[in-house]
Amino acid sequence: MNKSDLATRILAGDRRALARAISLVEQGGAQAKALMAEIYPHSGKAKSFGVTGPPGAGKSTLVALLARTLRAQGLTVGIIAVDPSSPFTGGAILGDRIRMQSLGGDSGVFIRSMASRGRTGGLARASGDALALVDAAGFERIIIETVGAGQSEVEIASIADSTIVVDVPGLGDDVQSIKAGMLEIADLFVVNKADRDGADALLRRLRSMIELGGERYRAWKPPVLKAVASEGQGAEAIIAALEEHWRFLESGSAAHQKAQERATRELQEVLAEMLFERLQNQHSHEWQQAIEALAKRQQDPYTLAAELLKQL
Amino acid sequence: MERKIRVLVAKPGLDGHDRGAKVIARALRDAGMEVIYTGLQQSPAMIVEAALQEDVDVIGLSILSGAHMTLLPKVHQLLQEQGMGDVLLIAGGIIPESDAEILKREHGFAGIFGPGTSTNELVEFIQNHVGSRE
Repeated sequence: MNKSDLATRILAGDRRALARAISLVEQGGAQAKALMAEIYPHSGKAKSFGVTGPPGAGKSTLVALLARTLRAQGLTVGIIAVDPSSPFTGGAILGDRIRMQSLGGDSGVFIRSMASRGRTGGLARASGDALALVDAAGFERIIIETVGAGQSEVEIASIADSTIVVDVPGLGDDVQSIKAGMLEIADLFVVNKADRDGADALLRRLRSMIELGGERYRAWKPPVLKAVASEGQGAEAIIAALEEHWRFLESGSAAHQKAQERATRELQEVLAEMLFERLQNQHSHEWQQAIEALAKRQQDPYTLAAELLKQL
Repeated sequence: MERKIRVLVAKPGLDGHDRGAKVIARALRDAGMEVIYTGLQQSPAMIVEAALQEDVDVIGLSILSGAHMTLLPKVHQLLQEQGMGDVLLIAGGIIPESDAEILKREHGFAGIFGPGTSTNELVEFIQNHVGSRE
């Protein structure tokens, strides 16, 4: 398959081309970069949101419910669901589709499972590229489900327009399950399994934490909403809150700031990766020597890194 | 960069026994593959659509209900219609030898694995066949 042909097919909404392209960007390399150069200008039309939260909070079930609700509104939906790779074998079991069976057979939905492949921020390295591809293929709303996350898996906030943090009652007595990082990235909190004991208490704790948040929440105060995703309850209010957040982002300086933050992060990441690749490929000898020297503690990592940078 | 083997493990039809499928999924993961597990009661159309979206190299079907001669050829037919004939198709479960022969000869199945197949054997089969596909 000729690559610019692949781009043409993606832009025409060809699902198989889209699936192939995601594999290509997962693998990385020159072809993937060339494809992204073609695709990138065509992305940015979709609205995207991340769904994150601790394992077992019901993220996949909530994603399926939100997707069904968006479909009922006549919108097409892309879903990128990330699960962890084994740090030992590199393999992965990607099981998010199990909870999304109700979306099977709908051509207005595209679901792709991604393994994190060693990445620790809650996403895969290529999740951002996959998002741009699904966007360019014409899907109007894109949902990204992170790996089960706790405290530092906050990368989602720099990729998606909005971030939903899902919590459930019973995980700890003082919002144990979602600490600092998670609280700060949320544009919207969902207390799922809200038919369980402790849901109202959790709701109150989250709200009071936001009240105490001060400056951070002055421009946008994250709503805290209830849901029982397995029973199909709560989706309409969540979608309405997301739309409100998107309107907020488009008004005033928020949009600009968010776009700047995202672009900074994206560029930093790609630059770091390219530097690393170039060092490894073109200066592999110096690279190996530096590793040896560090392993033997002959030199410190700062000096070694500075010397490697001089090679470029 | 390294290319990961992606496998869709699915249970077509109505039987509710997925222990075998889960054991297989784990073994393939432990061999470094990315396994997409879709759960129970999948129709052939759902299986093929999932395989397309996930861009898998292999589809492994587990079936214990006895409906294999109806459902498995259907999966193959739909793959052909989608132009996905290059996906390695294998199945396991309770499938009589005579049916297995027909599935392999006429319906595009590269391998049929009955009870007692070691997971190592399966891993090797996939690694050899996906390797030769490129």
